[in-house]
Amino acid sequence: MNNYLSRKRDVAIVGVGTTSFGEHWDKGLRELALEASLAAVEEAGIRGKEIQEFYVGNMSGGMFVGQEHVAALVADFLGLKPTPAVRVEAACASGGVALRQGYMAVASGLYDLVAVGGVEKMTDVQGSWATSALAGAMDTEWEAYFGATFPGIYALMACRYMHEYGITRQQLAEVAVKSHFHGSLNPRAHFRNKITTEDVEKSPLVADPLRVYDCCPMSDGAACMLLAPADKAGKYTDTSIFIEACTQASDTLSLFARRDICTLDATREAAQQAFAQAKLSPGDVDVLEVHDCFTIAELLALEDLGFCPKGKAVELYDEGQTYAGGKLPVNTDGGLKAGGHAVGATGIKQVVELVRQLRGEAEGGRQVKNAEIGLAQNVGGSGATAVVTIVRRG
Amino acid sequence: MAMLSVPLHWRKYKELYNLKGSRCHTCGQAFFPVKRICPNCRREGKIEALPFSGRGRVYTHTVIRAPPEGFEKYAPYLVVLVQLDEGPKVTSQLVDCSPEDVYIGMPVEACFRRLRVQNKEGIIIYGFKFRPVDGALKR
Repeated sequence: MNNYLSRKRDVAIVGVGTTSFGEHWDKGLRELALEASLAAVEEAGIRGKEIQEFYVGNMSGGMFVGQEHVAALVADFLGLKPTPAVRVEAACASGGVALRQGYMAVASGLYDLVAVGGVEKMTDVQGSWATSALAGAMDTEWEAYFGATFPGIYALMACRYMHEYGITRQQLAEVAVKSHFHGSLNPRAHFRNKITTEDVEKSPLVADPLRVYDCCPMSDGAACMLLAPADKAGKYTDTSIFIEACTQASDTLSLFARRDICTLDATREAAQQAFAQAKLSPGDVDVLEVHDCFTIAELLALEDLGFCPKGKAVELYDEGQTYAGGKLPVNTDGGLKAGGHAVGATGIKQVVELVRQLRGEAEGGRQVKNAEIGLAQNVGGSGATAVVTIVRRG
Repeated sequence: MAMLSVPLHWRKYKELYNLKGSRCHTCGQAFFPVKRICPNCRREGKIEALPFSGRGRVYTHTVIRAPPEGFEKYAPYLVVLVQLDEGPKVTSQLVDCSPEDVYIGMPVEACFRRLRVQNKEGIIIYGFKFRPVDGALKR
């Protein structure tokens, strides 16, 4: 099934902004959204009132801070009324889906300047409550009902994957070591400490075989981007970044109903459509942002996006290939694992990192040399939603 | 999980208490939970009830050590995917088995258990869990 958009206009990213991801005790949801939005608006040199519509990715304002109706709240707090504001929810893919909505609004010719953002405030509630909120991303009646957690569902994938492909715990740990190394270079990352495989192996079990260092943190954070038609992008920026494709696919919410629990079919489908639309192949990609909510998720992503055959992702970690200086740099901002995971904001933050890389603005020693094409993969739940975005430097 | 309403649990008790699914008469595929539309045959499909034998094998497993709201007093506990003999997989807990003894391929059978007790005034939720069949623990 090809849901190809007959694209009327090319779309450019003309301004970006993010908060740092982490525990922001001093900021609430609205302050985080404001900080990221203002940064994007100032970078593009526009007035907020020029924005014609905006989309806000937010997974669960209701569960995390008792606040629904988040989009209008953010519009209100930014002083942007009566601009239409739309909240987008697709669990951890809320940001990616918000980006795709904004992309379609500009590509279709409906609007000339659209803001897409994401925000999540996660640290105001207790851990077990937050765990329950995240469990809402899976089938609550047939998975969470039996006491399965979000790490637990990925642990079920990891256990089967290790069994089928002979992967060791030590090989999972290598993914986390790389993520923390990149996090140490990124001033906006949640965790900036380098770790060793021994640290990972010594960390407590969360859901066997996954340990604390296999899991991303719960972060507070926000991210925002401004989108404009490609032919008007020069008005706002000297270095336009073009969206070559932004595709989305769905799969079953419950892991047990999947064709193969070690493959995210939604990622595969979205990736195939994205590469076809962009007329590119995995070999063309210079820098990658994948949805590594758990170490196992990063391995599955590399395989399902087409960068290696099934069961072979660990080989990409030999000889530092996935580091910023390597052949296939993955998650140069530390990913979700060390960079942080503010669920609704993550899908936007990933593409902001690609924009910084393609512009040559990635500080701290994590810049990939002469990066021209970037790809981001954002996943909701255990794979029921996947968004793949390919960007290119103009 | 703030699942406080009685009807929410009552609605699914037939599937929860007796592990029932459905099957498409046209293509033969079995489903859990009950599907009302066959994804393969669409309108040509003919869905019929299918009570499962309750027997199957552990397809993959984990131990939940950081439990969600309401499950704190049970942790650590085993969560497994069981592939039923009829084909579909289900998520459930594995009981009467320690975390060290579970393995992929372990033959198991469904049993009727208490799933969760809500707060003092809350209802007690029952449903299926799985346990190793006799002899399954000796590899």
